[in-house]
Amino acid sequence: MNIYDLTIHELKEKIAVGELTPAEIKKAYADRINEVEDRVKSYITVTDELAEEDLAEYENKKEALLAGIPIAVKDNMSTDGIKTSCGSKMLENYKPPYNATVVEKLNAAGAVIMGKTNMDEFAMGSSTENSAFFDTHNPWNLNHAPGGSSGGSAAAVAAGECAAALGSDTGGSIRQPASYCGVVGLKPTYGMVSRYGLVAFASSLDQIGPITKDVEDSAILMNVIAGHDPKDSTSIAGKKEDYTEYLKEDVSGMKIGIPEEYFNLEFDEEVKASVLAAVEKLKEAGAEVETVHMTDASYALAAYYVIAPAEASSNLARYDGVRYGLRSEQAADVSEMFTNTRHEGFGDEVKRRIMIGTYALSSGYYDAYYLKAQKVRTLIKDDFDRIFNDFDLIITPTAPSTAIELESKSDPLEMYHTDIFTVPINIAGVPAMSVPCGFDSSEMPIGLQLIGPHFGEGKIIQAAYTLEKLLNINEKRAEL
Amino acid sequence: MIEKKDVEYAAGLAQLKLDEEEKEKYTEQIGEILNYVDKLSELDTDDVVPTAYTVPMKNVLRKDEVKESLPREKSLANAPDEKDGHFRAPKIMSD
Repeated sequence: MNIYDLTIHELKEKIAVGELTPAEIKKAYADRINEVEDRVKSYITVTDELAEEDLAEYENKKEALLAGIPIAVKDNMSTDGIKTSCGSKMLENYKPPYNATVVEKLNAAGAVIMGKTNMDEFAMGSSTENSAFFDTHNPWNLNHAPGGSSGGSAAAVAAGECAAALGSDTGGSIRQPASYCGVVGLKPTYGMVSRYGLVAFASSLDQIGPITKDVEDSAILMNVIAGHDPKDSTSIAGKKEDYTEYLKEDVSGMKIGIPEEYFNLEFDEEVKASVLAAVEKLKEAGAEVETVHMTDASYALAAYYVIAPAEASSNLARYDGVRYGLRSEQAADVSEMFTNTRHEGFGDEVKRRIMIGTYALSSGYYDAYYLKAQKVRTLIKDDFDRIFNDFDLIITPTAPSTAIELESKSDPLEMYHTDIFTVPINIAGVPAMSVPCGFDSSEMPIGLQLIGPHFGEGKIIQAAYTLEKLLNINEKRAEL
Repeated sequence: MIEKKDVEYAAGLAQLKLDEEEKEKYTEQIGEILNYVDKLSELDTDDVVPTAYTVPMKNVLRKDEVKESLPREKSLANAPDEKDGHFRAPKIMSD
């Protein structure tokens, strides 16, 4: 296997026994970026200088969890003095004056930060095609999208352009691209990871999480990034877990629910067959699998397209051309400066969502849209709580199909439906992981979604780890 | 059903300038999206309490103590225009 194919834990082992040095590892990943980046286009900014600085720190940090490990960061997480564009013209030249808490944690853990990855503008999208700069290509088939909005992070991991990456997930933006790119993506419980320094999209839904080559790496990265942060008042106070303790091949007696209403939706038969075959393997390994009944996921999708745009319209009001970001040169007065700046700086999807959100919050429509959606949110959350009274986990597909072709979906509503299985999880605030479970007839990866109750990351990791061992496909890599 | 004037109204509230083509396109697309969202009305929510955050949240207070903050030069470093340590914007009042 090539160095760039190795996982975090494999690289750590090789460093420990003296088989590889951090400098050799960094060089292997930098060479890989040079080799494939013009075809995959995962990165908005390759931070080679920063990576060299991080590497120089190795001797001081060699006991830390990610010492010498090349990591990529989505371009909506603030990096001190390094461009953080959020995939938008609005922030094309923005260099934050501070680090996001997750970036501080990566630094403290000795990570070598390779670059900032491409994404849908302000994380609004499901294919990374809404990036203001360029498309990212799926490493398994370059004519296909990597998914989104963390498409750059997922593609970078799948292409061996980093050992692992951070993504953010508001309605599926870690899990759906992980599924499309054949890697592991975890959206933790809302509040498990600090959002300080994450450019806000929808504050009650946004969560940062790991995108990795296998489940063990996901647990390692969670050990680095999870925990309370006084700078994020919504981050959860409480004892920190060691997620690697859940890396056990054991699902005996674990109760898994299969929601009939989700599997009854119309979606790709190959995806359905692959997910159900994986569930069968878990059953053979001792899991207790039962059909459960839940509210149709389309109600969650409808609630999401009120709540997320409403919060976005409020969060994106800050881009006014005064303190940072783009300012239009074409303006006679301040009011024209605002409207021209926002006209020039925001792309199509961002404008559409700002308008939906503004409309849903406006006088006369607030009760019918926003309040109604928040009440439906209660129903969806109660639905998950009810199932988790009797079950450890719920399994669904991550996405209704394998990776879509680039430029194949021009209708916004059609694109929104690629997130039908992932959106309810953010609405309920529970954790969920996408783990590869097979390949379709075109050799494109299929993802299975494991959903747990609030703070149930441990059980998710345990079941996903067991499944990974049963399926034995985690060492298969995209050929470029 | 949403009309062009509703799109113009929302765009005005959001400080967005739209050209004619965008207004037509957004009226149709946002209409379709809101039409989909209307399926929420199929659910009975009369006695349901709305949820803003799904995990228990309480108000977070801290002591009113001065702590380190960003130096002025750093805060102004990304400003499109600045003068004498302040952000500078085009004129607000007409002559």
